[in-house]
Amino acid sequence: MVTLFTGLVFAVVWAAVTGSLSPLNLVLGFLLGLIALWIIRRDFAGTRTVVRPFKLLSLLVLFVKELALSAWRVAVLVASPKMDLRPGIFAYPLKVDRDIEITLLANLITLTPGTLSVDVSEDRRFLYVHALDCSDPAAAKQDIATGFERKILEALR
Amino acid sequence: MAVVLALVVAVMLIGGGIFTLLAAVGVVRLPDVYTRMHAASKAGTVGSGLMLVAAGLHAGEFAVLARAFAGFFFFVLTAPVAAHLVAKAAHHAGYRLSRGATCDDMRDHTKK
Amino acid sequence: MTAETFAQTVVFFACSVALSLMCVAFFLTVWRVISGPTLPDRIVALDMLVAIAIGFLAVIAIKTGFNLYIDIAISLGLVGFLATVALARFVLTQGMPEDDRDPLAASAARHGKGPPPRKQRASRRGRAR
Repeated sequence: MVTLFTGLVFAVVWAAVTGSLSPLNLVLGFLLGLIALWIIRRDFAGTRTVVRPFKLLSLLVLFVKELALSAWRVAVLVASPKMDLRPGIFAYPLKVDRDIEITLLANLITLTPGTLSVDVSEDRRFLYVHALDCSDPAAAKQDIATGFERKILEALR
Repeated sequence: MAVVLALVVAVMLIGGGIFTLLAAVGVVRLPDVYTRMHAASKAGTVGSGLMLVAAGLHAGEFAVLARAFAGFFFFVLTAPVAAHLVAKAAHHAGYRLSRGATCDDMRDHTKK
Repeated sequence: MTAETFAQTVVFFACSVALSLMCVAFFLTVWRVISGPTLPDRIVALDMLVAIAIGFLAVIAIKTGFNLYIDIAISLGLVGFLATVALARFVLTQGMPEDDRDPLAASAARHGKGPPPRKQRASRRGRAR
């Protein structure tokens, strides 16, 4: 079921990339998607996720908004004559534990203003985040916990 | 209609150019690898992405616009992954943060 | 002036402005690639160069009207991403090269602030290789 759904998503992406919405092209995209999924079947197996489309959509909106905001912040920071930087890496204690959730969270953090995920600790309990302004790590952690992580938990659980 | 479209395309082009320029300035001005990565992965992606979407809009065909958006999404999805990989590799290889750094939990954790 | 020619003039003007902004960005980034000071710095700058090249391709697509350039830009993005990943893997497996041993002192000296360059400092992992 999940495989078929992912195949459909791939078919739409294929149609967008090739720029033709003809049924034959959609079928070709679907088949190619299934082949691609078959190739990675070993990594793909065993990930059972409940997806709530609307929550996922709100996550996507948040994602785009944060991306625009973060690009703007970095641009303003760089353009200001005196850069006020207090960079540092803080360890963020993870509540999410599945691969897809950690990946999503790490990507979202990278696109938020002033933060960039560097690594996940081997026991998967911490996400190391590099921040341009690390003068108050506790507040930054609080932001992530109440913002993205909560949204991800809502959308995928 | 054509004028509105042209204006939108023009604003996106110039906005993309400004973002790209500021990202490049950031890559030159910021003090260490990790902070430079912030500039390159955010402002740089948004800059080139805006220009790509502008090109798609200017073409005025649905197929081209769809491709431009697909490209934009692709860049947005891959930029954090690339930045994350380079940051991880640099940190594992032992490159340190710049002098003004306040904390480095990752080094403290791996030391234990 | 008709609306049609006005639209064309606006887009043409925007193209020129964008091209000149990107030229400056390109040379700034090239300067970072050349001056380094460390390997990851150069990798980040090369990644940035790919992004700038994509922007150039988009502007050229508008200027010439060849929409094929957009596909070229997308494939350049694909290749650029793979190149960055490969270079990151290289840094991860090879560790720090000899002349990057004290990047902090190098960058501090370059920025003209901070205490004088320290003696070579032992890096945890880089030395083992």
